[in-house]
Order: sequence, then structure tokens, then C-alpha cells
Amino acid sequence: MTRPLLIENARVVDPATGTDQIGAVLVEDGLVSDVALNGPVGVPEGAEVINAEGKVLAPGLIDMRVFVGEPGKEYRETLASAGAAAVAGGITSFVMMPDTTPVVDDGALVDFLIRRAEAQSPARILPAAAITKGLAGKEMTEFGLLKEAGAVCFTDGGSSIQSSSLLRNAMAYAANFDMPFVHLPADAELVGDGVMNSGLFATVLGLRGIPREAETIPLARDLQLAALTGVRYHAAQISAAASASIMTNAKARNTKVTAGISINNLCLNENDIGRYRTYFKLNPPLRSEEDRLAMIEALRTGIIDTIHSDHDPQDTEVKRQPFAEASKGAIGLETLLAAALRLVHSGEVDLLTILRAMTSRPAEILGLKSGRIAKGAPADLILIDLDYPWQVTERSIRSKSRNTSFENARMQGKVMRTIVGGKTVFEHSDA
Amino acid sequence: MPQVTSSGRAGDFPPFQQRHLISIADLQQHEIVDLLDRAEQMISVSRQERKSLATLAGKTQINLFFEPSTRTQSSFEIAGKRLGAMVVNMSVKTSSVTKGETLIDTAATLNAMRPDVLIVRHSAAGAVELLAQKVGCSVVNAGDGAHEHPTQALLDALTIRNHKGTLAGLTVAICGDIANSRVARSNLLLLGALNVRTRVIAPKTLLPAGIENLATEVFTDMEEGLRGVDVVMMLRLQHERANGKMIPSVREYYRFYGLDEAKLSHAKPDAIVMHPGPMNRGVEIDPAIADSERSVITDQVEMGVAVRMAVLDALLAARNEQ
Repeated sequence: MTRPLLIENARVVDPATGTDQIGAVLVEDGLVSDVALNGPVGVPEGAEVINAEGKVLAPGLIDMRVFVGEPGKEYRETLASAGAAAVAGGITSFVMMPDTTPVVDDGALVDFLIRRAEAQSPARILPAAAITKGLAGKEMTEFGLLKEAGAVCFTDGGSSIQSSSLLRNAMAYAANFDMPFVHLPADAELVGDGVMNSGLFATVLGLRGIPREAETIPLARDLQLAALTGVRYHAAQISAAASASIMTNAKARNTKVTAGISINNLCLNENDIGRYRTYFKLNPPLRSEEDRLAMIEALRTGIIDTIHSDHDPQDTEVKRQPFAEASKGAIGLETLLAAALRLVHSGEVDLLTILRAMTSRPAEILGLKSGRIAKGAPADLILIDLDYPWQVTERSIRSKSRNTSFENARMQGKVMRTIVGGKTVFEHSDA
Repeated sequence: MPQVTSSGRAGDFPPFQQRHLISIADLQQHEIVDLLDRAEQMISVSRQERKSLATLAGKTQINLFFEPSTRTQSSFEIAGKRLGAMVVNMSVKTSSVTKGETLIDTAATLNAMRPDVLIVRHSAAGAVELLAQKVGCSVVNAGDGAHEHPTQALLDALTIRNHKGTLAGLTVAICGDIANSRVARSNLLLLGALNVRTRVIAPKTLLPAGIENLATEVFTDMEEGLRGVDVVMMLRLQHERANGKMIPSVREYYRFYGLDEAKLSHAKPDAIVMHPGPMNRGVEIDPAIADSERSVITDQVEMGVAVRMAVLDALLAARNEQ
């Protein structure tokens, strides 16, 4: 039995209930045992008391899209290093993509990951299982067995299934097990050898472009098949303004469909690539400023449900290349919250909306008990200093890889303490 | 051909401030004019019986070509040798998988040999700039993917200036595979910087996205696009484009976008015809036009050596100042 923990004088922000007021939260046995917003709370004997001094107390973040190097590319990221990076960024749970070597397409691997993550990672790691064997887009995996082993959802991670008939069957079969079906809409032929958003800027750089239609066409297809099969479909990430209107139409008819977005597509645009900066080579690509603004609007109106880091560790060997030949992806676990707070500070999105997309919404989609501050919920909590100034430096990065698209960026707002299951797993120190 | 201008001897020019020549976009208008004027001087050097200067004596120039190009490599080699530099040619054969790795590794290796200038061609846009960040010497971009080919644009401008007397007030049409052409990009930038009006003419499949937002006029009809122009710049059509995916066939391409007498008749009567080479006769250009007196294609080759001598001289002279 651990000591009870009382966090008092906190600005309790709980998007699940729309709460934003000063109060106290009591944690016992790894769970939230009391939330006192309107008066004093009884302090159990021997409790540890933290005075939050008015800092924001929010549910720990749930990141729905994280790539880890283990197993297979441990030099890029391990479960331990990803977990340490996550809690330092206020992320208490994350969904791990199946894009490992070997691919997570077998129940035994899911079981292995759960056990190993429990032993190694301070953050909760929720394995996603592949939709198709080897992420090859040809044959379905064993959905039932993978679910039994503990997979939290199905996704082909960074790959997109091209065959509409296979996709239809996989969706129907996933609906059978009532499992979330997370899919990246990307038409491989329209993407072609494109490496950044199609448009004037790509033309000036002499780089092949990826048209928005490479996303909007498969997204429209996916949503029609989702309606046909009744699956709980989650568009892994969208980036184009037109995708928001496609989602709006689909949501009007089908309440089971949701959409996510990478923080990168909310905070950055194609111009950040500058002169071939490969840390900004992402999938989907950074789009134009008009697209970014449309994505913000879609987030505000609830058309976009979730925000994730799209954490994708890559070593310098594969990043220090000519742009077209470099790998895609950027790390993001440690910058997700601070980058999201940029949008709050700039007045583009309010605090409850932005936190909802990283707490209660992903929890609802994945069927988790966390993601809220409620009696009986897991005590996964974070204390945030909304105004704390800091800079992203290579030295400060806990991830084993350094490919951040916020290199040397100045941030405002930081997680000061991260609690997972009632235990403090991260505390910020200025030293 | 008109006589060269009389702007003095080499050495009258102020120091050139750039360390590398990666992109026309990096150059100010006066720097472009400066390079053209320097090149003008070099034309006469090449036309002398004794074609050598000693300005780069003791300097080492390495031609590093990740993509084969006999013409451009020879042009840079001759340019370097005429200025007295020691020139080493390196062709790097690479598989697409190891290309980038070779690039960085090769950069480190070559840097250790302490060259004064590297001339680099690579199939990937931005590769030359990446390499330039890793070495301690000057770097000249001899073509990086579909990005830029700055010395080609300079030699084209010099050719036009020598034939037309000036660049001011001219209209230049660039025709063909704009989407995949570094020559087109560098030319649009350079001509734009000198306030020359430009047009691009191509079927929609060979026009890059957003080109209409560049300061150029876009045409898909060749006769319309050529109407009243002073200069017709043809681009090479890679054979693999005419495989039914981008272009139905070579003969269809030639019918609508190949430069023949009928289409050329819409240009000004004294319009000149240019081509960066190597030409596909009967694909993008009628052989009769390529060999006619309106064609200045061999002049372009001559200007190429002069421009490259000027660039080497300007860059290495600038290094001496530091």
C-alpha cells in the first residue's frame, strides 16, 4: 500500500466534464478517490500533500500514435527511452504502432510488449496490432487472438491498405470484435515518389509533390466502407483542408467515425522545410498555412477528435540525406504538450478543447478508464505550469533519437510533475 | 557574333562575395551581372591561341559527378584547366539505396584531400547544398535533381546577351519538360532577377504544381506561347516520360510540342533557338531547325566554358580575399 496523495490548491482542468476550477484531488491505491472542487477535503492520515500553487492539474495525456524502435531498432528508441520521454512530456499512456521488426501482427508479440513495457516504461504502453500480416496489405491478422492478448486497436501504422476489398473485409471483421480500426488514408500511387506537399514551394525546391487528393480520396473511401461495415473507424491522421469537410459530412451520418491529427500539422506548415530540412519531412506532409488553419478550425468544432505526437524516432544516418532520400518522421513525445500550448497562448484554441483531444477523446475511442479526473479512474495526472519558458535543445531530449521538428524552439508551458497510477514518475527540476 | 564588351581586364572586378554557387536564388542582380561580365572576359581567353591563364595555378578542382554528364563535366574540366587549376574527375556510381550515405562519406573523404573547389552533380534536389555544409571549400552546383543548374542559366543568359546585345525588354519562352527541369528553374530565377519576361510552354502533365504563381506566363499551346518571343529555349524530353503515363508517345509530343518551322514562325523573325543539350532530334526539335542559322546551340557550349571559368575565378578569388 502506498501513501495516499493529496494535490491541493490546483486548477483542476478535466475536459471529460468541462471542469476548470480550483480544487483538490485525492489519490489512493493508484486511483482517484476524491475530487473536491467546492470545499476542503479530508486529509487521510499519513498522506503526502502537494500544494499545486494554482498550477493546472489535468489528466495525463494519451498519445494515440507513437513509433518505438523496440523490437528491432533499439538504437533509435526503446520502450524504456520512449516511456521516459513520454512522462517528461506529460504523456501517461501511448499507443505503440506495430511498425517494428518483427511487425506486431501476432498475439505473442503483443503479450511480450505488454510485459516488457510494464517492467521498463514509466508510461503505460498500449500496443496496437497490425491489420495485415507484416503490414503488407495482403492478409488479415488474427484480430480475435490479438485482442485477447491485449492489443488496444488495429492499425497498419505508417502503411495504408490499398485494396478496397481487403479493407472492407478487415473493417467488417474488426467490427465483429468491436475494436477501433485506425487507418492512415494515403493513396500509394498518388503519393508516388512525392516527398512534400504538392505546390509552388515543392516546385521551387525541385521536389516531387504529394497532392492533397492522395489523402482525400482514400479518406472518402474509408468512410464509406466504415458506414457499410459499422466499424469504429478512426482516420489515423489528416492534413488537408478538404479532409475536414469530408469528415464533417461523414460524422453527420455516422457517429462511429473519428479523426486524429499530428501536432505537427497543427503547428507547422510546408514553409518550415526551408532549404531541405529533413526533420520536417513527415507523413502526411506538412501542408500549406490555409490547410493548417482549416485543421485548427476542425479541431475547434470537434471534427478532429484527437491530437497525437506522431513520435517517430529516426537516426541521423537516415535523416542527414538529400531531402528526397531521407526518412520521414520526427520525434514528438517531449514537445506534444508544449507545442499544443502554443495554440492556446496564440488564442487559436482554448485549453479545455486542446486537452480534450489528448485526454478524454482518445480514452473514449480506445475504451480506456483513464483520460479523466473522476472518482475511481486511474490516477494518471499531470501538473502543468502553463507559462514556464524553456527551449528544446539537443541536450534536453530524453528520446534516443534527435530528429525533432522543434529543434531549438522556444516553448511556453511545461509539465512539472507526471503521475502514473498514483506514483510520481517525473518531476521537473530546474537544475 | 557581336564583339565582347570592353569592361576591362579580369581583376577589375570587385571581390565576389559568395563562397558557393548553389542556386541562382542566392544571387543578387548585381552579382549575376558581375558573373556575366567576368564571363565576357573569358570568351576572349578561350579564343586566343594560347588559351591559358594562371589565375588558379596551384588550386585543386574536383569534379564530383554522382550522375554522369560528359558535356557538363568536360566544360568544367576545360574551364578549370584554362585557369591553371589541377582538375580531378570523379564519377561516383551509386545504387539508389546508398546514394545519400555515399554523399556524406564522399564529402568527408574529399574534404580531407583539401580541394579548393568541388563541382558537384547529384540526382537529388538539395544534395549539393547538403554536401556544401560538410566541406571547407567552395562548391559549385553542376545540377541537383530538378532543383537548379545555375551555370546553365548563366551561360544561357550570356548567349542571349551576346546575340541580342541586351537582355532588357526581351521575352523568353521555355518549352518542354518544365516539371522535371533544373534548367528551367534556374533560368526562370535568373531571367526574373534581370527583369526579362518569361513564358513556359508544356502539356499540363509536364508543368509543376503552382508554376502559375511564379512570375512567368504559362501556356499549354505552343503556337500561342511562341507568339512574338525573342528567344525559344527548348528542353530535352526524357524518353521515359513518353511511355503513356505522362505523354502518350513521342510522335504525339513532337506534333504538339516539338519545335518545327510552323511553330517557330509565330516567334519574332529574328528569334534565336536554344537547347541545353543533349538534343533529341525529331522529339523536341526538328533537325533542320537545330542546324539552322537561328540555332545558337553551339554558342551555348562555348559560353558554357566562359561562364564556368568566370565562376571559378570569382569564387576562388573571393576565397583569396578571406
